[in-house]
Order: sequence, then C-alpha cells, then structure tokens
Amino acid sequence: MAMFIRVDIDPSVQEDMQLCQRLVEVCPVDIFETVGESNVATVEENLDECTLCDLCVNEAPGRVHVVKLYREG
Amino acid sequence: MSILVNADTTFIIQGITGREAVTMARECLDYGARLLGGVTPGRKGREVHGLPVMDTVRQFTDTQRVDASVVSVPPAFAADAVFEAIDAGIPLIVVVTERIPRKQVAQFVEYAQQQGTRIIGPNCLGIISPGKTRVGGVGGAANSTERAFKPGRIGVMSRSGGMTVEIANSLSEAGLGVSTAVSIGGDAVIGSTYAELMPLFDADPDTDAIAIYSEPGGRAEYELAEYMQRSGSTKPIVAFMAGKFMDEMPGMRFGHAGTIVEGKADTATEKIANLAAAGITVADKVGDIPSLIKQRLGA
Amino acid sequence: MRFYEYESKQILRDAGMPLPKSHFCTTDAEAEQAAADIRGPVVIKSQVLSGGRMKAGGVKFADTPQEARGLAEEILRLRINDLLPVGVLVEEKQDIAQEYYAAVTWDGRAKKPVIIFSDMGGIDIEEVAESHPEHLSRTHFSALRPFSDYIAKQAVADVGVTGNDLNALTRIVAGLARIFIERDMTLAEINPIGKLADGRIIALDCHMDMEQEAQRAHADLLNALGLSADDKRQARPPTQFELDAEHLDGSDPRGVAGNLTEFDGDLGLIIGAGGGSLTLFDAVRAAGGRPANYCEIGGNPSVNKTRNLTKLILSRPNVKKIAVMMNVVSNTRVDIVARGVVKGCIEAGFDPAEKITIFRIPGSWEEEGFAILEKYGIPYVDRSVSMDEAARLAVQNMDK
Ligand code: SF4
Repeated sequence: MAMFIRVDIDPSVQEDMQLCQRLVEVCPVDIFETVGESNVATVEENLDECTLCDLCVNEAPGRVHVVKLYREG
Repeated sequence: MSILVNADTTFIIQGITGREAVTMARECLDYGARLLGGVTPGRKGREVHGLPVMDTVRQFTDTQRVDASVVSVPPAFAADAVFEAIDAGIPLIVVVTERIPRKQVAQFVEYAQQQGTRIIGPNCLGIISPGKTRVGGVGGAANSTERAFKPGRIGVMSRSGGMTVEIANSLSEAGLGVSTAVSIGGDAVIGSTYAELMPLFDADPDTDAIAIYSEPGGRAEYELAEYMQRSGSTKPIVAFMAGKFMDEMPGMRFGHAGTIVEGKADTATEKIANLAAAGITVADKVGDIPSLIKQRLGA
Repeated sequence: MRFYEYESKQILRDAGMPLPKSHFCTTDAEAEQAAADIRGPVVIKSQVLSGGRMKAGGVKFADTPQEARGLAEEILRLRINDLLPVGVLVEEKQDIAQEYYAAVTWDGRAKKPVIIFSDMGGIDIEEVAESHPEHLSRTHFSALRPFSDYIAKQAVADVGVTGNDLNALTRIVAGLARIFIERDMTLAEINPIGKLADGRIIALDCHMDMEQEAQRAHADLLNALGLSADDKRQARPPTQFELDAEHLDGSDPRGVAGNLTEFDGDLGLIIGAGGGSLTLFDAVRAAGGRPANYCEIGGNPSVNKTRNLTKLILSRPNVKKIAVMMNVVSNTRVDIVARGVVKGCIEAGFDPAEKITIFRIPGSWEEEGFAILEKYGIPYVDRSVSMDEAARLAVQNMDK
C-alpha cells in the first residue's frame, strides 16, 4: 500500500492515447502502466518510489497531480 | 589559489551519457564549472545538457585545451578510459568508477607516473574548490553543495566521498569553510595519497590547515607521518580515524575495498599513534574537527 | 574471496609447483583411506579460515591410518575462533631441514605488487620483520610489464640464499608471483616453503585471497574449485542474517542497502555509506550503545530496498530499536530513505515514532524528508548536530 504518494490522473487524459503512452515512458520509476488498449493507470506498488521529478506533471499540466500524502492534514 | 583545480579548469567526462554521469554533468554545470562535454564511444553528435558528446578523447584535445577528465565508466572499461586520457595528454584524471580490480589500477597509475599525469581516485567523488569549480560529483546538487562547502581556508582530504561532504559541512557550519576538498578514493591502490597531495596544500597560500578523514587498512597514514617529519611542513593537520571497531575483526572487509585489517600496522589504533607522533592532531570524534582546527590555528 | 589451504594448494598444483601428497577429506573414514593411500606418517590439518590452527589443536600428526581416523574425527568437530572446519587435509608428513617464507601482496604506498621473502619461515613474519630485518627482503615489481624471473631471484638472493636452493626457490617464488598477478590475488603466501632432508624444496602451507572485484574474470578457476564467481567468502562464513541482507540488496539494482555484518547488540543500525558507516558504528559504541549490526546504505537505494532492510533488522529478536543515520548526503535522498524506514517499521507492526531512536540524515531533499519524519513523530536532527551527538541521542533514546 502506498503511504506517501498518490498520483491523480484527470479522466480527460484517458482520451489522449499518445499522452497516456508518454506518461508511461517518462516516469523513471514505472508508476504509470497502460491498461487495455490505451488507458493509463498507476501502479500501486511503485507509487512510493516517486522521485517527485514532475516529468509526468510537465507532460500534462493541470491534469496529472502528484500528491504528497505526508503533507496533507 | 586552490590546489589541482581553479575557476579556469576545463574538463570532460568520459562516460558522460551514463545515468550517474548525466546527473554529475548537470550538477557541475549548475555549479559554474567549465565542463566542455564528454566521451561515449558511438555517441558522437549527441548532446548532454547542450554539451557535445564525442567518440574519443582526442576529438576534444585536438581542438582545445582540456585540463582534466572525469572517468565515470563501468569498471570493465575504466582502465582503458584512463589510458586513453593519459595518451591524449590530459594532465589530471579523476577516476570516479568503483570496483576496478587493483591490478588494473596499479597498471594505469604506473603508466600515469611515467607520463607525468596526476590521477585522483579511483572510487572517489572528485575535487571541489568552493566558489570556483568542482570536478566530479562531490556535494551533489549545486544548492546543497553550496550549503556544505562554504569558501574558506581549510583543505580537506578524505578516503570517503560521503565524509568529504560531512567534514566540509562541519567546517562550513563552524564558520571556517574550505579552500579545496579532495575525495582521494577508498581503494587499496589510489592515484594520489595524502602524502602526495600535502606538498600542494603546503604551497597553497590560501590553505591554513588541513582536515583528514582516514580508515583502517593500508599504510597511507605512515607515509603522511613520514612526510610531515621529513618536509618540515608547518601547516596544522587534524585527522579523524574511523573504524576503530575493526581492530577486533581482522580479515573482515567493511566499507571500501581498501578498508581491511590484515596486520598490526593496519589497525586504527596503530595509525592514530603514528599520526600523533608526527605532530598531527587526531580527533577522537569527527564532530571535534572544526574546534581542534581553531585551536591549532590559535583562533 | 579467501581460499582454504586445500584450494590454494590446488591452484599451486595446477601451476606445476612442488607439493606434498595430500587429500582433502570431509569425514574420518575418508581421512583413514587417505592416510592408507599415502602409506606413511601423515599430518592432519583443519581446513578453517582462521589463523592459529596449530595452537588451537587443529593440526595433528598420525603414524597409522587408524590414528589418522581418530584425529580427523576430533579435528572435524573442533571449533577454531568459533568456526567449524569444512574438512581436513591429510598430507604426507615431511622431514624438514629448513623453512622459508614467500608472499606476494599489494603495497599501496609503492602502488605496486611486492614480494616478501625470508629464510626464516614458519614463524610470524611481522616478528621477523621487526627483530631480524636482514632475514627479510621486499622486492617490488611492475604490474604493467610481464613478470620476469630475475625479480624472484633477486628477492631470494637478497636474504643471502645461493646455490641450488636459490634456483629452486626462484622457480617457486616466480610461480607464486605469476599466480598473484594473473589471478588478481590480494595475497598469495606460502608459509612455510620447506627444504626437505633429501634436498627437495616444496610448498608446505599456502594461503590465497582473490580480489572480490575481479572474481568474474576468474570464473574458470573458481568453477574448477567448485566455487561460484559471486561467492563472497570473508574471514568467517556469513550468517543467515547477513545472507538475507545480501539477498534483498541484490533484489533491485538501485543503490546499496546491505553489506550487513551481524553483531549481538540490541540497537539495529541503518547507517551509511562506506566511511559514514564506519564513523557511526564507532560513535554508537563510544556512546555506550550495543549495535545489532553494521550495514551500509548509499547510492540512493529504492524505497523498497530500505523498507526490506528495515523489516529484516526489526525481525531480529534481539533488536529493541533502530537508529537511522548517515553523513550529509549528496546523491542518496533523505526523503526516499525516510519513506523506506517508516514503511518498514509500520509493515513490521511497529510505531516508527517508538522504534526509531533517532533519524540523522541531512542533505539532499531534506525538507521533504523532515516533513515525513514530522508527520510520523520520529525524533530527528539536522546537519547542525554532529554524527557523534546523533549517536549519543540514539543510545539515550533506547530506554524511552
Ligand atoms: S513525479 Fe516523476 S517519479 Fe513521480 S510519478 Fe511523476 S514522473 Fe513518476
């Protein structure tokens, strides 16, 4: 179970096949994976490995959010 | 002034497209170092952070002055890379690569001696002269490097890369700062020992005292003690010896490849006695280094 | 990789060196058979990676196969410096007229290999060096040029040996130097080399150590000895705890979280890196702490690796609490290590605020790291607190 990081993907991302692919490619610690034909999802066991590099955020500004759970509440 | 490097030092990175080297290149550039580019065979024409990648070292040295090279290639290719740099006439080679068998190290070190080339490392993090330049990854990201390495008048030599940063940081926190710090490498055979670098610190008007980090294994401290007695060097040295617990465990390797107690002379206890006899202040705790230096400087 | 005597002798034998007849045996029955094959008095030697075998009773002489069996049975059960032998070497007993010493090792000062030779073999060589320096020669040679026999001759002649003995010894020393350099040894020692009553000169005991970093290049030799190129045999065999740590460190290539050595204290240590671990281990002991382990983390290991290392250390029944400490880090990230240890604690069923006595890792990404520690209520200090002081706090907080 991820304890430190959550990655929120806006539903609109799923409509952009190329963007989904780029998210999978860009993350250095394999947090994104494609599901089915084109959809993208996060890989639960890799979430806590997130390096906070923001490469995914830069691919989809405003539509991918990296949330630091330890900074919340 | 500083030793080995200065703000004008130009250098390349051999193996620049490797994972660690790409980061190192970024950190050196951010620190303001004069990195020219790098070499990775078969990758000529590519760029790393806007810097050119070449196939051979000579492709750099044929057209421009190259003062130094940082070798960051896998261990199996390291000796070849060092020979290439020596033959290209680069006078200073910093070997970052870990786990190079010592036979190969001895081979390129012997050749470097014949050619008058200076080798630092292997298994080191490089050289930094705070505020001027950095050749290698010592200190990490530019902002944390600036925090740990404040410009100052204390030289640092360390067999451990991590402890180079730790000691520099304590000197900076104490308001002393660093003139030049050299991570000399943790292997049993290295290109430049304490005693071989001391004359440079002795000749540096901007260095008032030297802090040294050392470990069990090898004879480098005896060589330093002899140098101090022979040369009449007057710069105060404060040394710290880690791994005292290893004295009870001969034959076991801890930490670096060179850190193993084989005989009586290898132990921390013997080395401490030897250094102290040569007029070197030995810090019992690593955190005492800055205050002991202040004492020695009469400040 | 330290070789047992029987392995070292196999390496010598393959290089054509003169040796006594010998058999490696793992049972008393084999030892009896070996003694019968040798047909004469034998010496039975414990095969253990420890010095002082003779003193500890690990070397015994037998005149008959029956006697050899009894002694082998004894020696196979005899612990020397806490180690059980892997077997015994049953060797024909020799009538020795004179003993020599030869070793090749690295001299980090000269940065070259050096041959150490003495005509006072069989005794502690450091003692010979101190009290009879004229009986010991040190001869450096180039690692760059192919080895030349004259260098071995010089080493032998320098202690005053001449005649036929000089030539026989030169062959042995040159052979040893070639094995040393070609096989990436860190030590190749024959002690003693014996001159027998009949004038022959042979290698009686031998000790070799191959550099770990070069083992892959000598897989042929290691495999022929029944060993693997990844074996990491040190002065004592690894414990299960150490093997488990090595296994988890090898599970992914990102960074190091391992190099663990087991101790018998109650304070688990997650410390790094090379020099930092040595410094911190000493500091904990100086503060009166009793470490349960030495280890090294560095090179920015994955969260997963640090988590597993934490869980492994916490699974030890003797571990009461853990301390997480490093020197000011450059490439290892404070937040990544913090995530790993917190996760490991919680998954092992503990509250990290109680299990972690102190967290002292300043440096890269410390703001994020400290935010994690705050959230979980873990006691931590920053770079203004020295490693010694952090170690003192770690020990002090054991009783909290
Ligand atoms: S921030 Fe970097 S590591 Fe984290 S999910 Fe995005 S791409 Fe992956």
